[in-house]
Amino acid sequence: MTRLAGTELTLAYERRVIAEGLDVAIPDGSFTVIVGPNACGKSTLLRALARTLRPRSGSVLLDGRDIRTLPSKAVARTLGLLPQTSIAPDGITVADLVARGRYPHQGLLRQWSADDERIVAEAMTATGIAELAESYVDELSGGQRQRVWIAMALAQQTPLLLLDEPTTYLDIAHQLDVLDLCASLHAEQGRTLVAVLHDLNHAARYATHLIAMRDGRIVAEGKPAQIVTTELIGQVFGLPCRIIDDPETGTPLVVPAARRRPL
Amino acid sequence: MPSRPSARPAVLLASAALLAVAIALSLAVGARPLTLPEVWSGLVDPQAAAFTVVREMRLPRTLLGLAVGAALGLAGGVMQALTRNPLADPGLLGINAGASAAVVSAIAFLGVGSLDGYVWFAFAGAAAVAVGVWAVGGGRSATPGRLALAGAAVNAVLFAYVSAVQLIDSASLEMMRFWTVGSLAAASPSSAARIAPFIAVGLILVAALARPLNALALGDDAARALGARPAAVRVLSIVAITLLCGAATAACGPIVFVGLMVPHLVRPLTGPDLRWLLACSALLAPLILLSADVLGRVLARPGEVQVGIVTAVAGGAFFVYAVRRTRAVAA
Amino acid sequence: MTVLRTSEHSLRLRPRALLAGLAILIVAAICGLLLLSTGDYPMSPSAALRAVTGSGTPADAYIVQELRAPRVVTALLAGAALALAGAVFQALVRNPLGSPDVLGFTQGSATGALIAIVVAGGGSVAVAGGALAGGAVTGAVIYLLAVRHGSHGFRLVLVGIGVAAILTGVNGYLLTRAEITDASRAVLWLTGSLDGRGWDDALPLLAALVLTAPAVLFGCSRGLRMLELGDDAATAAGVAVGRLRLALLAAAVLLCAFAAAAAGPVAFVALTAPQVARRLTGDPGPNLLPSLLTGAALMAAADLAAQRLVPGRDLPVGVLTGVLGGAYLIWLLAAGRRRMA
Repeated sequence: MTRLAGTELTLAYERRVIAEGLDVAIPDGSFTVIVGPNACGKSTLLRALARTLRPRSGSVLLDGRDIRTLPSKAVARTLGLLPQTSIAPDGITVADLVARGRYPHQGLLRQWSADDERIVAEAMTATGIAELAESYVDELSGGQRQRVWIAMALAQQTPLLLLDEPTTYLDIAHQLDVLDLCASLHAEQGRTLVAVLHDLNHAARYATHLIAMRDGRIVAEGKPAQIVTTELIGQVFGLPCRIIDDPETGTPLVVPAARRRPL
Repeated sequence: MPSRPSARPAVLLASAALLAVAIALSLAVGARPLTLPEVWSGLVDPQAAAFTVVREMRLPRTLLGLAVGAALGLAGGVMQALTRNPLADPGLLGINAGASAAVVSAIAFLGVGSLDGYVWFAFAGAAAVAVGVWAVGGGRSATPGRLALAGAAVNAVLFAYVSAVQLIDSASLEMMRFWTVGSLAAASPSSAARIAPFIAVGLILVAALARPLNALALGDDAARALGARPAAVRVLSIVAITLLCGAATAACGPIVFVGLMVPHLVRPLTGPDLRWLLACSALLAPLILLSADVLGRVLARPGEVQVGIVTAVAGGAFFVYAVRRTRAVAA
Repeated sequence: MTVLRTSEHSLRLRPRALLAGLAILIVAAICGLLLLSTGDYPMSPSAALRAVTGSGTPADAYIVQELRAPRVVTALLAGAALALAGAVFQALVRNPLGSPDVLGFTQGSATGALIAIVVAGGGSVAVAGGALAGGAVTGAVIYLLAVRHGSHGFRLVLVGIGVAAILTGVNGYLLTRAEITDASRAVLWLTGSLDGRGWDDALPLLAALVLTAPAVLFGCSRGLRMLELGDDAATAAGVAVGRLRLALLAAAVLLCAFAAAAAGPVAFVALTAPQVARRLTGDPGPNLLPSLLTGAALMAAADLAAQRLVPGRDLPVGVLTGVLGGAYLIWLLAAGRRRMA
């Protein structure tokens, strides 16, 4: 069962074609992670699924209908996106920014319902930033700021959530915080998540469905335990490695081959 | 097109030749077009019919154009080297406007009547703005974008101020409608001669500064390693710019973009070595200014469009082109 | 922040913004009243008000209704239009310096108006139409030169400065072609002036404002608030980014053009009013309505100052906004050095 899929997608920026004839289907209720080397098209694919990038040809389907034919606000109540870079206006407080995530549920005369207030408070609690509600976003650290953006995406209350490199600018402890949060959104709230991650081992640990891309094509997809093999890693990343079982979680752990023996 | 050192003397000669053509055109074109023989006789023979037109109207104007053009071109080259900013120009950064505002204030409020008197105010105004815009634009860490913005703001303020003074005190400024936009029509027979000493000193300073500025282009530390003294070079450069821009503006009002265009046009031909760049600029800038002046006379016959307007339009277009090309501007 | 709620609807109110708006309105009203009642023919404020409503003396009525009131109304409307256009632009470009007067739109509108005067002799319809065309062409040029290549931030602003310089030069030339030798009319098209503005200058501007402002304020402000967060975030939240941007740009160009047609290329109101409004309301969003009110107040105050500053001489309002606005821009640059780079 998939709610979000892409068929025959050709994705390009100006003159650079990233992918052609790409088919992808996101299993419903999964925590899907897309991995691949730089410039393989993973962020591009995510942006196309989120409808922030218009495919040159092919279509993205949400609940079976072409996403471009659906009213954008309606889509926004179903599909949320945490973009790679966003701009926080000068002088905005955390509470204000998270509250803006309620936009698709609001209108000219529905500016701030009781539900809005409750959901924003819950989103801030879930991301651990409730005490920062009145702080200015530009005074926060990178990790805190990222959690504010996640809270805003959460406040949008969408059953599907796309995250474009949510952990890239964070230190290791915060990266795991964010991934654990995503895991709980998936497991406890039943949301479908699609994330682009750089760290292969994080992807293998958290994903229920892994998509490996290279040069604009999907090389393999499936459960990490099944598809993460030395051949696949060699093929996708060009990295000779060994796969062992993660001692903490039992998921595949990629150990790159040593290039220089320590003296 | 990469420059070849061997081509430089040829470029210099070509510039001189073109400049001679421009001078001839400047003397020949006008409400009453003259042929070259008529120009020549107008220059040398007091009895010739064209004598008044040539000797009393066009020659002063041409000489002023030469002096002012050279001054602005050199000032622009020095500014671009000093700020390591390809978008620097004495008009764009408000320095000419500063000189003009100071002169206007002197005339209107202090009753200073003659060029010899108010040229000193022009220096003061130019220097004040040079230092001020530098500081507002970020000082040592000024980016091209910031400096241009600071200059635009200063220009706006001073343009408004000069307009205001002109409106309040139109009597004393009646004949000087060129304090908001420069014009060579302001030339009196002795204008060029009276500012020539200041421009000459500026020129000598610039010639002496060319090599140290070459070193400074590599960065303060590298320059010190090469034996140059950055602080002294900066101060002397500002003095040179003040002299050149102040004198030029005092004689004919603020003119923009000449100092911007010329080094850009010259650099592909001479390379970045300031000695050749500035020498060529000193020849090419008057060429551009005189051409703009001739164009202004042709476009609106029998009247004329002030040269400041022509350079604003042409130079503005050039500026946009330069902005799009320059990587130094943060996107 | 207070919320008014019924079972179905809710309205959000910011007390500080409301107070600021009220204060600005009062300032605008005071300036307006002073403009109506002082000057070469002074009268008491109550006499001026009676003249407005038609119950004063015939002499007062003439002075107020035919001479002063249209000028005041033009000032308020032009200031409001410019400020709203400025607020929209600054939010769209995500740069406080991306203001239509810095980018050359007001000068371009003046160019269009001047061409209309040269070609068609210049009735108010022709002038307004020319201004509109001028603003639209300027927009197209800047789009092609800068926006198309993804230039935002400083590069866009610099291209705008270049375009503004070109257009100012062109306007200077057109003035000679239009045979506008009278200094006061020349100054109108070079710096902006409210001198001699009548009802046939104010009414087209009023129409433009009445048509566009409500659409922008009520239809677009929420979407603009999301657009501030970045194109991707806005699209993800359900904003039709392309259409919204186009609609807002069209509205801003329209407002600029009509303001320039009525009062010339008045500098810096579009730049400073939104900034001042933001500081007063403390709201980091687009502040569209507060900007509109601030612009009206600023223009009225500037015209009042311009008329009273030099005894016996009326200065054009553009001179005052040029000096004060330019100084403000310098201060912005000097103070925000670290943050804006």
